[in-house]
Amino acid sequence: MIELSDVTKTYKTGAGSFQALRGVSFRIEDGEFVAIMGPSGSGKSTLMHILGALDTPTSGKYFLNGKDVSTLCEDELVDIRLGQIGFVFQSFNLLPRATVLRNVMLPLIYKSVEKSEREARAKVSLESVGLYEEHYHHLSNQLSGGQIQRVAIARALVNDPSLILADEPTGNLDTKTSEIVLGAFQRLNQEQGRTIILITHEKDVAEHSDRIIHFKDGMVVSDTKNQKNLH
Amino acid sequence: MKVEDFFEETLIALSSNRVRSGLTMLGIVIGISSVIVMVAIGQGAQSSIQSSIESIGSNLVQVMPGAKRSFGGGVSSGRGTAQSLTLDDADEIAANIEFVNAVAPEVSSRYQVTTKGANTNTSVVGVTEAYPNVRNVSVELGVFISDQQSKSLAKVAVVGSAVRDDLFGENGEAVGKIIRINGIQFTVVGVTEEKGGSGFGSQDDMVYIPISTAQKYLTGNEYITTISVQGVDSDSMTELQDSITNLLLERHNISDVSLADFNILNQADIVETASSVTGTFTTLLAAVAGISLFVGGIGIMNMMLTSITERTKEIGLRKAIGAKRSEINTQFLMEAVVLTLVGGVVGIILGVCVSFMLSIFGVIQTSISIPSIVLAFVVSVVIGIIFGYYPAKRAASLDPIIALRYE
Repeated sequence: MIELSDVTKTYKTGAGSFQALRGVSFRIEDGEFVAIMGPSGSGKSTLMHILGALDTPTSGKYFLNGKDVSTLCEDELVDIRLGQIGFVFQSFNLLPRATVLRNVMLPLIYKSVEKSEREARAKVSLESVGLYEEHYHHLSNQLSGGQIQRVAIARALVNDPSLILADEPTGNLDTKTSEIVLGAFQRLNQEQGRTIILITHEKDVAEHSDRIIHFKDGMVVSDTKNQKNLH
Repeated sequence: MKVEDFFEETLIALSSNRVRSGLTMLGIVIGISSVIVMVAIGQGAQSSIQSSIESIGSNLVQVMPGAKRSFGGGVSSGRGTAQSLTLDDADEIAANIEFVNAVAPEVSSRYQVTTKGANTNTSVVGVTEAYPNVRNVSVELGVFISDQQSKSLAKVAVVGSAVRDDLFGENGEAVGKIIRINGIQFTVVGVTEEKGGSGFGSQDDMVYIPISTAQKYLTGNEYITTISVQGVDSDSMTELQDSITNLLLERHNISDVSLADFNILNQADIVETASSVTGTFTTLLAAVAGISLFVGGIGIMNMMLTSITERTKEIGLRKAIGAKRSEINTQFLMEAVVLTLVGGVVGIILGVCVSFMLSIFGVIQTSISIPSIVLAFVVSVVIGIIFGYYPAKRAASLDPIIALRYE
């Protein structure tokens, strides 16, 4: 469960300061598939950094599964990311010189999981996004854009996180491939009950979620259930 | 993160850009191997000079006539041939001075030495029975000059191995043959063992005859050219030198040391001077090689910084998915250390091989010491740590948000 209460984030710039978030509060229950939408500069990237424990808010509270993340130090944030959050980014998701399998295993390597176990878990993860044996030893330049993003989703899953955070995961993909990647997210949400937060500026992409939070100028402007996808 | 995973990551990173890793490593290879070779050359020079000084005898003090120091016997110097020492001086030193083990006076000069069909110009040294012991000469065939022969003015000679080769052919039969020195016939009674070494003053290229015979038939006077005094041990050499100086000053009626009509050379002083020269030489060579090692280290740092800039996004991604600052730091430090370590090992092997080749092909004598190898190994690791420290710290302190956005 995610709970933000009155979160603000202010960046110091050369001349003065820039307020990227101006008091954001919302709650996301376990198993929800939420899209966060907004134009560029609306503060959705800053929000993603805070949700992903990459950054801490200037003021306000962020509770992840009941734990206050907003006051943690750098190494404690790493532990939160390692244990509870899976990331899928828009670009540069895979280490270019490591195989698919090693890329997926990477979080487990940092978690000091035994070699045999991490391989087994990586394979389970890869299978759940529809990638099999023949791809395990490929490098990222031997994969298509859609495959790269599915490997990234597999990596995000491998730690069994409570939250998967995807930042414009289809930003570099064509419509057809986007559908496949978004389908993978949907399946994870429906079949495994994963909480997924999707950050996007495209309406079509947001439509795949159950709930859409609109952002503008660092504030929530609307928070609606997506009727089309409610079951 | 486990140690073996750090190694695996390091290996993947270094092997993904083999050319760059190899070239960077080459800097360290050249640096380390040149340090090894240079130190080996320096130490080789030191030990060869030392052993050639020591081969003329140990704990030796040499008294020579002449006012001014003129190294090498003073063939060209009028002052070097001054006539101030006599056999009585030698006898007095033997009789009156403490710490003396043996005294070997000698008369030496160069003469034409001939046999039927061969001739050579060589040093002819008039010696006593004590000579072989004091000057580290041993007889290979026959016998050495005896004091009895000296007393009876016998015309006998012992030839060095080089002289034997010159006069009688390589390993030719010499004992019992007749040679002529300055036209006077001598019977060869012995051949000395080969000592090696070459050039001016080699003890292989000498003919030994009884000292009184040399004085009577060759020089025609009572003076001698050198008195070699062997001390009992190396600790008493300075004392020995002082007592000899005092004794001879008194005997020659000279009150002012600076006016002395003889020179005393202490072998320990020569060794010390030679060692300090070769020591400076070794330091100089090592310093030049050290500079190349330092440049190699800068190469490592340069490569690491370039690599970190190129891999900014990768570092951001690693941090985002769970790498701690310390893990990034260790990973990059390890890359630098593995580079220098491998470079160091290759450098050591190369350096040792080159040093051996130089010795084997007779270019210059080298002497490899284990401490210099151990030192080179440690230095290569330390260089990795020093020059990898800053880049690794820089990588570790990257903010993942900024790193991921980096273009």
